[in-house]
Amino acid sequence: MVAAGDNSVSVTVEDHPVVRLDDVTVQFDRQAVLRNLSLEVPQGQTLAVIGESGCGKTVLLKTIIGLIRPSGGHVWFDRYELAKMRKPLLMRIRRRFGFVFQQAALFDSMTIGQNVAFPLRQHGRYSDAEIREIVRDRLAEVGLPESILGKKPAELSGGMRKRVGLARALVLDPELVLYDEPTTGLDPIMADVINELILRSRRQHSVTSIIVTHDMRTARKVADRVVMLYPLSRLGPGESQVLFDGPPSQLDRSTDRRVVQFVRGEAGERLMELRRGSTHRAESGDG
Amino acid sequence: MSSVASTPRQPSGGVRTALEAWIVQWGGAVIDHVAAIGEFAFFCQRTAMWLLRRKPRPGTLLSPMHQVGVRSLPVVALTGTFIGMVLAVQSYFQFSKIGLENRLGAVINMSLVRELGPVLAATMLAGRVGGAIAAELGTMRVTEQLDALEAMGADPIHYLVVPRFIACLLLIPALTVMADFMGVVGGYFYCVFILGIDKHFYLYHSAQFVGGFDLVVGIFKSLFFGGVIALISCYRGFHCDAGAEGVGRAATASFVLSFVTILVLDLMLGIVLDVVYSVFWPSGAKLF
Repeated sequence: MVAAGDNSVSVTVEDHPVVRLDDVTVQFDRQAVLRNLSLEVPQGQTLAVIGESGCGKTVLLKTIIGLIRPSGGHVWFDRYELAKMRKPLLMRIRRRFGFVFQQAALFDSMTIGQNVAFPLRQHGRYSDAEIREIVRDRLAEVGLPESILGKKPAELSGGMRKRVGLARALVLDPELVLYDEPTTGLDPIMADVINELILRSRRQHSVTSIIVTHDMRTARKVADRVVMLYPLSRLGPGESQVLFDGPPSQLDRSTDRRVVQFVRGEAGERLMELRRGSTHRAESGDG
Repeated sequence: MSSVASTPRQPSGGVRTALEAWIVQWGGAVIDHVAAIGEFAFFCQRTAMWLLRRKPRPGTLLSPMHQVGVRSLPVVALTGTFIGMVLAVQSYFQFSKIGLENRLGAVINMSLVRELGPVLAATMLAGRVGGAIAAELGTMRVTEQLDALEAMGADPIHYLVVPRFIACLLLIPALTVMADFMGVVGGYFYCVFILGIDKHFYLYHSAQFVGGFDLVVGIFKSLFFGGVIALISCYRGFHCDAGAEGVGRAATASFVLSFVTILVLDLMLGIVLDVVYSVFWPSGAKLF
């Protein structure tokens, strides 16, 4: 058993992995997005996956939950191999997951109450009264009033929708919660509220979390460990897709220029590529 | 003889490249279409499997049934009425020239219950409901709601496709009967009250030539139409391209594909059912 990373949350991290990826390759139309990726996430750990757009972060999350089947390799959750699992069993296993989508992905045709209750009705055998109580509790946990229960998702702000998405993901007390860019598109204050909610849910429910994010504040605040992925198209021959794997405090000390540039938000050689492209267009008379 | 004609012809580099490009382009298109047909067959098989394996969840059936049945009824009734009247207008001129206007009832009602009623109801369903289904499911695809369903352990085919399929299948016969009825009423009204055809002959010839089998044929065909409309619309929604343009394209494609399929099915079923009729009733009623 090891202590949780460098943030102040007092949660223990078990040594045995909840999630393990062995040599996972995912490709669409012969275009690989992930190649020979291996990763372990121990129980209770919060892992942040960072990297620029198109590096395969969301694909990684969807592969872990079985929404995308890998072209090669193995994906383990607990003692189950998800990549080769039959769909009915996979559906049952998914009650142990929570997934917070980038745009919350709330069902437009349902009210907020029905949205949060959906996993309970899908998997549980709860009475209507029990469902109402659980839904109210979960909404209160994410700081939302009971008055929104009858509203439709379109009537809520982006921040509120994300919080409802978080409440829905936590409603079945999952063992693993996957977050797809939970703070993207939010103002800094609302982003911090979401970060606090992630930390609180971890404290209260001792969940293992994988957070895909561009937001370095989120990665530093909530993660025990950070993994940085890099787009395959930009990698040199034989290079690993994982450029960094360690605690957030080590990010600034990385010797890899690409990691430092990402963390600092510097365009680096991308700016030179942009200039080269402009010059090339000017020379060829494209304007 | 010119030197060009005397030497054996070899495809030039340019022609060969163009030919290769043409083969690659058409080969790719054929492979894509065959793959799409395979995917659609797999989609239908999964729908059939869920249909037999588990009942739809309570509450998921009511909304599609309301959309397909209740909300489509007025437009189907209205168009049915006008089709009946238009048939009367178009046929009267020709039939009156040969003195057979009294037999218009048989022609109008036979055309309505066997062909126009079911095809009209199906076309309205494809346009009004099929497009809406494709757009709704396409939006759910684009906004990751379908992924969210799966992530929460619900199968989107069981949750979304099966209720829509059942609603279309069960309610298209009702829409067809409504289109038939309003068409018959519209035709009768125009022939008797506007064109002044004797109502006794109109009804007599209708009763003599239009039988229960014709009505059953129309309703039987409509079941196939309802099924394909639901499957095509749901499939197009599930395989929608990203963005608002993708959703729009899915809705349009679902209507066009449904309409073409309805017409092809109508022809095939018409031929098959005529053979069935002639086997069971070899001396069946003839119009003239």
